[in-house]
Amino acid sequence: MWRTPTPRKAYQVLLVGGGGHGLATAYYLARDWGIRDVAVIEKGWLGGGNTGRNTTLIRSNYYYPTSARFYQRSLKLFERLSNDLNYNVMFSQRGIVTIAFSPHELNLISRQVNAMQLNGIDAQLLSREDIQNLLPLCDLSDRARDRCVGGYLHASGGTARHDAVAWGFARAADAFGVDILQQCEVRGFEASHGRVSGVHTSMGRISAERIGIAVAGNSTVVADMAGFRLPIRSHTLQAFVSEPLKPLLHTIVMSGLHHLYVSQSDKGELVAGGDGDSYTSYSQRGSFQTIERATLCLLEVFPTLSRVRLMRHWGGTVDLTPDRSPIIDRTPLEGLYISTGWGTGGFKAIPGGGRSFAHLLAHDRTDEFAQAFTLERFSRGALIDEGAASGVAH
Amino acid sequence: MLQIPCPWCGPRDEIEFAPRGEVVPRPDPNISSDRDWAAYLYERGNVRGWLREYWAHTYGCAQLFIIRRDSLTNEVTPDEPCPGAIDERQRQ
Repeated sequence: MWRTPTPRKAYQVLLVGGGGHGLATAYYLARDWGIRDVAVIEKGWLGGGNTGRNTTLIRSNYYYPTSARFYQRSLKLFERLSNDLNYNVMFSQRGIVTIAFSPHELNLISRQVNAMQLNGIDAQLLSREDIQNLLPLCDLSDRARDRCVGGYLHASGGTARHDAVAWGFARAADAFGVDILQQCEVRGFEASHGRVSGVHTSMGRISAERIGIAVAGNSTVVADMAGFRLPIRSHTLQAFVSEPLKPLLHTIVMSGLHHLYVSQSDKGELVAGGDGDSYTSYSQRGSFQTIERATLCLLEVFPTLSRVRLMRHWGGTVDLTPDRSPIIDRTPLEGLYISTGWGTGGFKAIPGGGRSFAHLLAHDRTDEFAQAFTLERFSRGALIDEGAASGVAH
Repeated sequence: MLQIPCPWCGPRDEIEFAPRGEVVPRPDPNISSDRDWAAYLYERGNVRGWLREYWAHTYGCAQLFIIRRDSLTNEVTPDEPCPGAIDERQRQ
């Protein structure tokens, strides 16, 4: 699918991190801006971090116009991604149903739906009967602990195959001449007169005119090497997969009350996740009670799944900003740029984030979609406080 | 599940506690710049390795205290003794 080249001594642009964001950035640098003298260095294997450790949801149901515009662009890019990359990323727009379990929650959902419609994003309020028709397995009886009162549908939301997104971008970038260097870990940066000039890696020194960091949960560790601090906390976010079942869930289901998101994969497994672990961690494994709570939430909504066995679970290290919005910006070192803070929803942002980061690396300024996602917004108080970033909690 | 060593109650399961984040020194608000104050509010060491952090024994004695934790291995040890807390040697 891609070459395993020997690293050259120098590149025009070097990207640290071979996950979805790093690979997409390399692809768009080559495709949109003709910058093909590019290398992506990855300490492990491609897509082995959060790109391969999420629940593959793609949506643009954000509240603020700034985020809605950014994530809608990313979703639109996903719609033609298989064609663009000539690689099937299995994007399936099966829609997202968010359920409300109290009139108060329904009020908040109505507000969210209004905001989304004003932002030009599809959203449709659902009645209790609509939920019954869409989700026959959902417990709507009077015995249910929480009574469903309605919800909303974000019909353009969907899922894609996460590995395929990483592989598709890697293959397409490689075809443009981008060098993808796996098992190549960054160990430090080299700078002179406040300008970055290269990196020290486990494969030796590599010079670069411009360097982009896209390492999700390890952003702080890499920023430390370059001598600047970030408003990032790294937490574990866990998810789990059931044994394969016959088709029973045709949409993605979310519940804010239960902090639950679940969908059924093409293989028939239920892919579900819940709240993140509460303390900072780089361990890529979380606490058992977090899984237990997420499983209980799943059973509150779908009691009929109580005998279903879980097959495996995993944890990713997510990079959380205080306002849950990303950072795509320059750093205090000239020529060094960072894309971070994708938090619990970085997968859906891969094409959009990649395009905006490529624009920044090519032109030394962000495009119109990412202008607000600066590092200095925190000292100005210009936060983009996206409670909706997780899609479930407000 | 982590075992958190509460200086007052001894080691208890993580579910009794709420993490309150790494220990960050608070600058003097009267003389610090907006930039410094924002750094205090938002920037974090976010260490990959041993760090000092606050935990609150929410479903226990409700005290706030500091522990040391390795964010890579989740190994936990007590910090310096808290004034008024049970001495570990006396408990044994």
